[in-house]
Amino acid sequence: MNKLLKILYNCRKATFMIEKRMVKPLTVQENLELRMHLVTCGVCRLYIQQSRKIDLMVKQILNSTPPANIRLDEDFKEELKVRIDNELNKS
Amino acid sequence: MDNKEIIAERTPLKPHEWVNAHADYLYAYTITRVNNEEQARDLVQETFLAALEGMHKFEGKSSERTWLTAILRNKIIDTYRKKTKGLKTLSINDTEAGETEFFWNEEGHWHQEHWPVHFGIDNIDPLVNKEFNHILQKCMQKLPALWLSVFTMKHMDDETTDVVCAELKISASNFWVIIHRAKLNLRACLQKNWM
Repeated sequence: MNKLLKILYNCRKATFMIEKRMVKPLTVQENLELRMHLVTCGVCRLYIQQSRKIDLMVKQILNSTPPANIRLDEDFKEELKVRIDNELNKS
Repeated sequence: MDNKEIIAERTPLKPHEWVNAHADYLYAYTITRVNNEEQARDLVQETFLAALEGMHKFEGKSSERTWLTAILRNKIIDTYRKKTKGLKTLSINDTEAGETEFFWNEEGHWHQEHWPVHFGIDNIDPLVNKEFNHILQKCMQKLPALWLSVFTMKHMDDETTDVVCAELKISASNFWVIIHRAKLNLRACLQKNWM
């Protein structure tokens, strides 16, 4: 397989470069390879859209107020209170 | 009374009320970043204890909760650092788990059964759609601890790659390989469970 065909077929490498490109500029060589790949590969073009969307969603979740329905075990909280009171009484 | 004292008076620390006021919040914050309930509990406890010891350092510039969260965040990054410690150099061509199931070995083309297909995430807001949010969190928890650490750290604050790599003490090339693997697996998990 010649070098060009290799690039056109290599979705593994293409998705790798896609991830990298979302954060920092690729080298000239990488950029050229990725663009050639994407011309013929609709699957990887779709991957780009979905990957961007996933990043956005993960960021939204991590930077939002944590869900109020997640609660710490009540017994553990009671133990924690005792522990904190003990520490405070020490000093 | 100088300025500092006025501010300190505005936001006094009330350690007796910490558990009631902040424990659930801190725990929920942790569990979305660390995929282990027991470890999350320990981190909350360690945060309170460290805060007690560091009370004199609280300047009253931020709210009590913000201050506690900052302490917790550092502790979470410490656990990430432990997971990435001793990491060998990874390469995109490693035939280890995480990529090979998606692509043909030789030429790297997608296996057809793993092709990304439209599965209706374009207009989803994970903060509104609870069902999707749940699946997304579940899929993140399925990632190996190391990948989840790097992936979460990347999205937690808008830190640059350099900062993330420096804080976790990993090389840039390992960072990219891990991000790639994490994303491939996360995307596939969402497609499988949301379609």
